[in-house]
Amino acid sequence: MRDTEFAPQMAHNPTKFDIHLSGASVAFAGSDIFHDLDLTLRAGSFTCLLGPSGVGKSTLLRFLAGLVEGDVSGNITCSDGGILKNRIAYMAQQDLLLPWRTVRENVELGAVLRGERPDHARAEQLIAEVGLTDAAHLRPAKLSGGMKQRAALARTLMEDRPVVLMDEPFSALDPVNRLRLQELAARVLRGKTVLLVTHDPLEALRLGDNVHVLSGAPATLADAITPDGQSPRNITDPAILAQQAELLRQLGADIGTGYGAEAVS
Amino acid sequence: MSLQNNPHTNKKPLTERRWLMLARPLIIVVALIATWQALVLITGAPKYMLPTPADVWTTLIARHDVLFDHAQYTIAETVIGLFAGAALGTLAAIPMALFSPVRFWLMPILLVSQAIPFFALAPLLVLWLGFGLASKIAMAALIIFFPVTVAFFDGLARTETGWLDLARTMGASRWRLLTHIRLPAALPAFASGFRVATAVAPIGAVIGEWVGSSHGLGYLMLHANARVQIDMVFACLLILCAFSITQYFIVDRILRAALPWQPDSLKPVR
Repeated sequence: MRDTEFAPQMAHNPTKFDIHLSGASVAFAGSDIFHDLDLTLRAGSFTCLLGPSGVGKSTLLRFLAGLVEGDVSGNITCSDGGILKNRIAYMAQQDLLLPWRTVRENVELGAVLRGERPDHARAEQLIAEVGLTDAAHLRPAKLSGGMKQRAALARTLMEDRPVVLMDEPFSALDPVNRLRLQELAARVLRGKTVLLVTHDPLEALRLGDNVHVLSGAPATLADAITPDGQSPRNITDPAILAQQAELLRQLGADIGTGYGAEAVS
Repeated sequence: MSLQNNPHTNKKPLTERRWLMLARPLIIVVALIATWQALVLITGAPKYMLPTPADVWTTLIARHDVLFDHAQYTIAETVIGLFAGAALGTLAAIPMALFSPVRFWLMPILLVSQAIPFFALAPLLVLWLGFGLASKIAMAALIIFFPVTVAFFDGLARTETGWLDLARTMGASRWRLLTHIRLPAALPAFASGFRVATAVAPIGAVIGEWVGSSHGLGYLMLHANARVQIDMVFACLLILCAFSITQYFIVDRILRAALPWQPDSLKPVR
């Protein structure tokens, strides 16, 4: 099957440095989104950031990506002494595929934007890895939502950066496609340092080695929940379901009333 | 799978649509001519006020050499003016989108340029550039400069921020960001401006010819009008219409072919 053909290729380049974020503060229009926030991303670990909409999850991720401008302070250090900039790949909720480029050309975008010669063979391999070989010559308009996000994932992998920042990349997909892409992402991103922003506790527990809840205003980070086993985890596992209950409690849901989860905020 | 459910194998409606596509312009033209003829019959207007379609047709055939000679000038002025204006508009829009000081200085000048009535400008252009092609090309270029600049600038200014973020994380240079993301993203907006320009460019050329010239359909119309040769005026108008429509369709076709990825909700689903 095409999906697994190149699997061993992907884990060959594990990330070897931790990232420490300290004293991070971001304010928009005078109000703090978060203030004096600390977060450590261990080398090669998959960290999920969970929280209600608008709490500042994406802002924190964009802060790490160096995309937040304005009233910003804080330090990002890497344990190997290098800088984080130019060592990240970014994947957003929208696929951000350029409509005038084919799937292959979109996957090779990074090299083109840096004025480098794209590695066509590697692009082909990654396109095959995400199961889009037959669609490589198509423009995004001809692709389904799931295929577009696969193409975006291939483009992210093509960058071959040690750190991958993902901002709700699967939230616009239908449940079946979401599960498939989570599985694919867990496999192809193994060994890299990943920060994934999501509002879905099960997605976080399925993929994350560490799951943090970001809540409040200004937002604060709760201690990480660390699900056992290797991702992608089985979401019907009772231990995972128990951790989901804990995450929902941290998110402010009133569970155990017999009427299902009900937000109290 | 049932073949009837597949739109690709269902040929009949497509053929019917094609037939209608070809017949529609013909029906419109015939209806317009009939209305025109009816108007002449109802009002009883004399030939020197409103000639019949047959009168105009006779003039078109009889004077085709003169008409063709003058039409060449107007067409040349329009086409050169169109490309000159579009080039200037493009050259103005790019630095305006890239550098905010340029934007702050150029935008007011652009607006002032639009506040000046073009009719008032035409005599000055003729005075400065002479009776020849140059003043008419300048007039056509001026009239289309604004729609092209504004449309293209708008397109450049509205690049999807997600694309720019992505490009920044990929380490794109400012130049490559422009050539690989901002410019192609703004092309549909440029195309809209260019389509408007295509439709208005002949107006610029004809205004220029009215004010001062020795050639062109505008010149011919003015002289025919003074001599009460209204059939000739109508013949010139028909040629101008035919040229404008042809030019618009050619440009539209080229733009569509050049931007196949542009979403077009009016295109029939195939």
